[in-house]
Amino acid sequence: MSVTIAVAETPLVRFLLGRADDALILGHRLSEWTGRAPILEEELALANMALDLIGQARALYSMAAEAEGGGHDEDAYAYLRDDAQFRNLLIVEQPRGDFADTMVRQALYAIYAKLFWQAASRSTHPPLAGFAAKTAKEMAYHVRHASTWVIRLGDGTEASRARAQVALERLAPYVEEMFEPEDDSLTGIVPAVPELREDWEREVRSLLGEARLNLPDVVFSQRGGRAGRHGEALGHLLAVFQHLHRSHPGATW
Amino acid sequence: MSESAVPLWEVFIRARQGLSHRHVGSVHAADATLALQAARDVYTRRGEGLSIWVVPSAAIAASDPADKEELFEPTASKIYRHPTFYDIPDDVGHM
Repeated sequence: MSVTIAVAETPLVRFLLGRADDALILGHRLSEWTGRAPILEEELALANMALDLIGQARALYSMAAEAEGGGHDEDAYAYLRDDAQFRNLLIVEQPRGDFADTMVRQALYAIYAKLFWQAASRSTHPPLAGFAAKTAKEMAYHVRHASTWVIRLGDGTEASRARAQVALERLAPYVEEMFEPEDDSLTGIVPAVPELREDWEREVRSLLGEARLNLPDVVFSQRGGRAGRHGEALGHLLAVFQHLHRSHPGATW
Repeated sequence: MSESAVPLWEVFIRARQGLSHRHVGSVHAADATLALQAARDVYTRRGEGLSIWVVPSAAIAASDPADKEELFEPTASKIYRHPTFYDIPDDVGHM
């Protein structure tokens, strides 16, 4: 059995792992639709987006490895950390749920990620700026895809509208966490995340207006993902995701 | 969502070097926007295209295969319609 790695987390490493984990975990959630999507076309769309996200995770893990300099590679970060070492947002680890849950989450996250990577393309850290510019375009398509579906679910039948609204109620407590600021020492390298909130709200409210859905008022926000305080769902996801690598270290195709 | 309830669309892609859109296949989608996205996800995953058209399959009027004798066979004997009876000077190059 292979052992869990210890990561020397400078603020930059921690930031890069956080964004990589967001992409990896959401990518895995989308990949769970493979073989289960409502139609073939949507199955390919979900798999494409899952691969976009997993590709983003790989690039970010590589940047984290270089920043850490501890000899870890992308597989070590993905497969050999326990849930408390994962730095992802809580919203991405929530179960895929039904199609409305998946699409509503995808819209809320993709709008956020698009704005984040657009802002990060002005980073003073050149590898990050280059990656961000490319990723912002990828996320713009995720926004387009998810928005198209959210409008059709929200402004569709009574059943689809009810499911989309329930998905929003379920996911709304995880929104606040997306806008937590990164470490002060990263100013210039990383955009000021709280400042993205206004644009996010405007874009989400405009989408939900068109979809005839309401962004619920949140009484209590869930947070702690960046600090490794995750829910049960992530443990189950990692058990499935890491099992093979941990049982057969170094296994290849 | 049963497939029979979702209309079929024919997909045409203009490739990187291509001058015209070519038929590549079909997708199921509820409306034109979803059909374009589905076509993007199904048929342009490997950088094949620069432009996509989708057309409702129901909007295509097709010739009846049973009519092929009267439609197409008569042209087989009209070789003079092919521009192969002219000598093209070498200087003209490729026409």
